[in-house]
Amino acid sequence: MASRLILKNLSKRHLFCSSFASRSASTLVLAEHEGGSIKAPSLSAVVAANSISQDNSVSILLAGSGSSLQQAAQMAATCHPSVSQVLVADSDKFAYPLAEPWAKLVQLVQQKGGYSHVVATSGSFGKNILPRAAALLDVSPVTDVVEINGPQQFVRPIYAGNALCTVRYTGASPCMLTVRSTSFPVPPISVDSKSDGAPISQVDLSTLDEDSIGRSRYIKLSSEDTDRPDLGSARIVVTGGRALKSAENFKMIEKLAEKLGAAVGATRAAVDAGFVPNELQVGQTGKIVAPELYMAFGVSGAIQHLAGMKDSKVIVAVNKDADAPIFQVADYGLVGDLFEVIPELLEKLPEKKG
Amino acid sequence: MKIMVAVKRVVDYAVRIRVKPDKSGVETQNVKMSMNPFCEIALEEALKIKEAGLAKEVVAVTMGPANCVDTLRTGLAMGADRGIHVEAARELVPLTVAKVLKRLVEVENPGLLILGKQAIDDDCNQTGQMIAGLLGWPQGTFASKVVLDKEKQVATVDREVDGGLETICLDLPAVITTDLRLNQPRYATLPNIMKAKSKPIKKYTSEELNVEIKSDLEIVQVTEPPKRKAGVILSSVDELIDKLKNEAHVI
Repeated sequence: MASRLILKNLSKRHLFCSSFASRSASTLVLAEHEGGSIKAPSLSAVVAANSISQDNSVSILLAGSGSSLQQAAQMAATCHPSVSQVLVADSDKFAYPLAEPWAKLVQLVQQKGGYSHVVATSGSFGKNILPRAAALLDVSPVTDVVEINGPQQFVRPIYAGNALCTVRYTGASPCMLTVRSTSFPVPPISVDSKSDGAPISQVDLSTLDEDSIGRSRYIKLSSEDTDRPDLGSARIVVTGGRALKSAENFKMIEKLAEKLGAAVGATRAAVDAGFVPNELQVGQTGKIVAPELYMAFGVSGAIQHLAGMKDSKVIVAVNKDADAPIFQVADYGLVGDLFEVIPELLEKLPEKKG
Repeated sequence: MKIMVAVKRVVDYAVRIRVKPDKSGVETQNVKMSMNPFCEIALEEALKIKEAGLAKEVVAVTMGPANCVDTLRTGLAMGADRGIHVEAARELVPLTVAKVLKRLVEVENPGLLILGKQAIDDDCNQTGQMIAGLLGWPQGTFASKVVLDKEKQVATVDREVDGGLETICLDLPAVITTDLRLNQPRYATLPNIMKAKSKPIKKYTSEELNVEIKSDLEIVQVTEPPKRKAGVILSSVDELIDKLKNEAHVI
């Protein structure tokens, strides 16, 4: 009985492998753009798409309206050697990142192109749209992939990053993924000026099913403008926790970040206390970062916070409490009062270069 | 209007989880289980809407093995009017949960569906978006503020997005998924816990709802994340700057 089961499984697996191995992968990357260029995390999605299979033709899907969309399409066409096509959906319906029209668009493009994979970055944009599109296509998506082991096998963190789960996708095409951008760093690519890049074509929107479009409307986006680097892609991140005690004191963190050319992060406690806006939150429910240097001041190191930063290359923790869990993941720890340590750091740190 | 809230029973957020030695999953036997924190927020929001006179009834729904009823009772003790338990022996993927929810929406006809933005066990962040897609309803994910307009039949939702806060307006019926900052969930009081014992819970099986329980994802293995090498405790700021400069080469 058991042997028959194994045989059955083996033959299933064999069928399964051959059907995918013989066919090369074709991947649709859902990309975000802003001000005429592709957002950096979306380039990570292209890098991830490239690691799905050696023989993979990557198509980038861009949607929006106006000249900035066309500019972004030009950039997409030359952003990576593996990009074989750029698809552009130019319509006012995509002027804002509303899930309803975007999910329909992904469904439409998938039905025409028959891609084996659909990939987006697991930011708020991808997480909002991709599962909806997957439901329309009746497949299970895989969230927050950190490692790709072949066309159907992926590793993703579960339980706030306290376990890594390897999953195999056994469903029908397409296999839909959101990938964690910090796990797929974009290498500096020298753009060959002689190449014209991949062809750009317009998506025919005449068959776009508009049933559920128009039942949601974009009103506004409110954000804090800063000159500091983006939290998700910064090389250095300086984070403050509850121990900063006030929004006024939090400015010390900002000063230190400025001196280091770093982005500012915060714990949930600091956000809830109103020291900083919520988009600075690092953790399971905020942003996931993996900078070269992560400096945590007055951060205890709750599981949910660690989930957002423990893949950083070098972690520095400054905390009064020598037993704080943050010291278990810190490469360099300093037990002391941050109100003394930060001013001293500000005084003694070398000026940042360039 | 009726509001339906989906709640999930998960390993308590404060528990330090252990990966099983055979790598088949995470140890869930004899571990404290609770309602997923985002589901508590979803239920709280539904109760607030009802208390503001904008909804008549709040129905809590859960899916899974028999002990999920405990989670439902917690929801009833918080103030939900009644519960629905869809029995399923094995773990359900978000796509299946969304399909079951779709069937329940067809039976119950709620005007609003509220879910947490993600469950803290599988960290998927998919179910709300999937059910919205299946129903063809608009979705307001990662909500940190919800304002209902009963006359116009719309919900204005502030969403926590990467760049800040986005405000959108949804025609009802709609699906909303909750972020952490939406509200502070209430505690169930002892009298309410007692009262919850007599509130009705309707049971369904997946067969009765005509949804096939299947998964197109197979768990190959679950492992511990790589351990970080032990760090050092330094004694001064000078030493820290020296290490960062000359050992780690990061500044």
